[in-house]
Amino acid sequence: MPVAVRTRSGGRRGRRTAVPYVFLTPAVALFVLTFLLPIGYAVYLSLRKVQVSGLGLGRGSRTEVFAGLANYRAALADPTLLTGALRVFGYGALLVPVMLGLALLFALLLDRPRVGLQRVSRIAIFLPYAVPAVIASLLWGFLYLPATSPLNDTLDWLGGPQPDLLGTGTVFYAVVNIALWGGVGFNMIVLFTALRAIPPELYESARIDGCSELQIAWRIKIPLLTPALVMTTVFTMIATLQVFSEPMTLRPLTNSISSTWTPLMKIYRDAFATDDRYAAAATSVIVALVTLVLSFGFLRLVQRRAFGQER
Amino acid sequence: MATAHPQPAAATTRRRPHRPRPHRPRPQLVPTIVLLTGAVYCLLPVAWVLVAATKSGSSLFSTFTFAPGDALFANIAELSAYRGGQFWRWVANTALYAGVGALASAALSGLSGYTLAKYDFVGRSAIFNTLLAGVLVPGVILAVPQYLLLAKIGLADTYWSVLLPSIISPYGIYLARIYAAAAVPDTVIEAARTDGAGEFRIFRQVAVPMMIPGLITVFLFQFVAIWNNFLLPFIMLADDNKFPVTLGLYTLLNQGSTTPALYSLVITGSLLSIIPLVALFLSLQRYWRIDLLSGSIKA
Repeated sequence: MPVAVRTRSGGRRGRRTAVPYVFLTPAVALFVLTFLLPIGYAVYLSLRKVQVSGLGLGRGSRTEVFAGLANYRAALADPTLLTGALRVFGYGALLVPVMLGLALLFALLLDRPRVGLQRVSRIAIFLPYAVPAVIASLLWGFLYLPATSPLNDTLDWLGGPQPDLLGTGTVFYAVVNIALWGGVGFNMIVLFTALRAIPPELYESARIDGCSELQIAWRIKIPLLTPALVMTTVFTMIATLQVFSEPMTLRPLTNSISSTWTPLMKIYRDAFATDDRYAAAATSVIVALVTLVLSFGFLRLVQRRAFGQER
Repeated sequence: MATAHPQPAAATTRRRPHRPRPHRPRPQLVPTIVLLTGAVYCLLPVAWVLVAATKSGSSLFSTFTFAPGDALFANIAELSAYRGGQFWRWVANTALYAGVGALASAALSGLSGYTLAKYDFVGRSAIFNTLLAGVLVPGVILAVPQYLLLAKIGLADTYWSVLLPSIISPYGIYLARIYAAAAVPDTVIEAARTDGAGEFRIFRQVAVPMMIPGLITVFLFQFVAIWNNFLLPFIMLADDNKFPVTLGLYTLLNQGSTTPALYSLVITGSLLSIIPLVALFLSLQRYWRIDLLSGSIKA
């Protein structure tokens, strides 16, 4: 319950009502500087273009002018953006259910009696969270690379074929696997923590009634986990839309990843490699709008769950 | 819920590592194997890097993947000598970005979260919702215009360009708000006020000590977030003396596609840079208050 400032005597009230605003000033100022201003600037840039007069040589021959929605039309008509977007949606459609499914499975096994090596496994599965995506992609990259891969070594020894896990057909799954490795442990811990918060008496009575562990998991634990599952799903979905580090790090090891493999990679290329910040800004705004659709659902969810009782 | 202690509970009461089980029945085979498979999968790349870092550049490609070599110390020496010890400079930079950034972030989140939880004022929901919406903004949308704006005021390619955007954490403010609501009783604040303490003194001397476990959690989350953030330094920095270790290893890998001898440096560098974080993780395990994250703590 927040302290009701207004219940204090009138004389000190004026001074005190300013306090929360003063306390929030640093956060709001930094938020404006690093969030709102850049977003505003991106929207502004997305509506601009460079006009070249004459041969485009010399000072003043290149001027920035208002472009209307031309950059948006160009971005939406660009087949590489569509391909990248479809790839990321496919990536999310595969990664999110597999990651959450495995996280749920491991969390349930950690919470189940008569399972061995629970503590060791919990730490081992959570450990990849400590490894940054770039280094995770580096390690997996070498595990995929035919010259250093244990799979290729083994198949070579057995006289089998030599697959290229970083080839055009498989590199998509190679990236999914890196993200799965990095994220499953964190989600497992979130779900496991939520499971620990369920009063054990609920299971005791079910066990007395003759429920098996599988039935307890299915009928009691998973329904009670639903809010935590929804939360982790939304977080994972947002993270998948931002996939960048993994394919970017794998690029030096393979030719199968183009510079526009995901929308964010295309934005990076437009902004820095081809130096078309206007196209980059327009694409950024489009990706942001798609994310915004998800964000409203998320905000309502969080508010209802965490702060509903505060008022 | 079980963890809903109004006291700073994480530091004092450890969450039950095991359920009390006086007589421990024999573990069941199938669930144990499934769990163990997951553990082996997660340890596989870590085991690989431990082995690969012991191989010399030539045996990396010629010997069996999991056959150890004897070149670990030679590799470390070679890495340390690379361009006058640049690798260790990258490590120091990472410590600066993640350490200072996360510390500043925890302080800012603590103050903002406490304010949002404990004061009733016009615009509270509006400010909180706006801040929280920041969680959902993809990094690249921000990083490109952030770079262009910082370049305008001459801050691009400086330490500030990576530190400043790392300090504000909508997520940290969200966690700190939940923790402050649960851990700091209103009566204590009222009592301090009756004793005539100023508002900031109440925060610093009364609220902060009660919020410490929650603030450590915020620190850890933000530390990992900064250390994990590849895009921001990738866009902001051009001078490789200011690189964090992730970006440094990435550029080494990039050069490795033409000079494969650099691969063993990349691998040794990866091993050396994950060791401190894994150690930090294991030693501070009890502060991973993930129940905060799922919103399962109640005031």
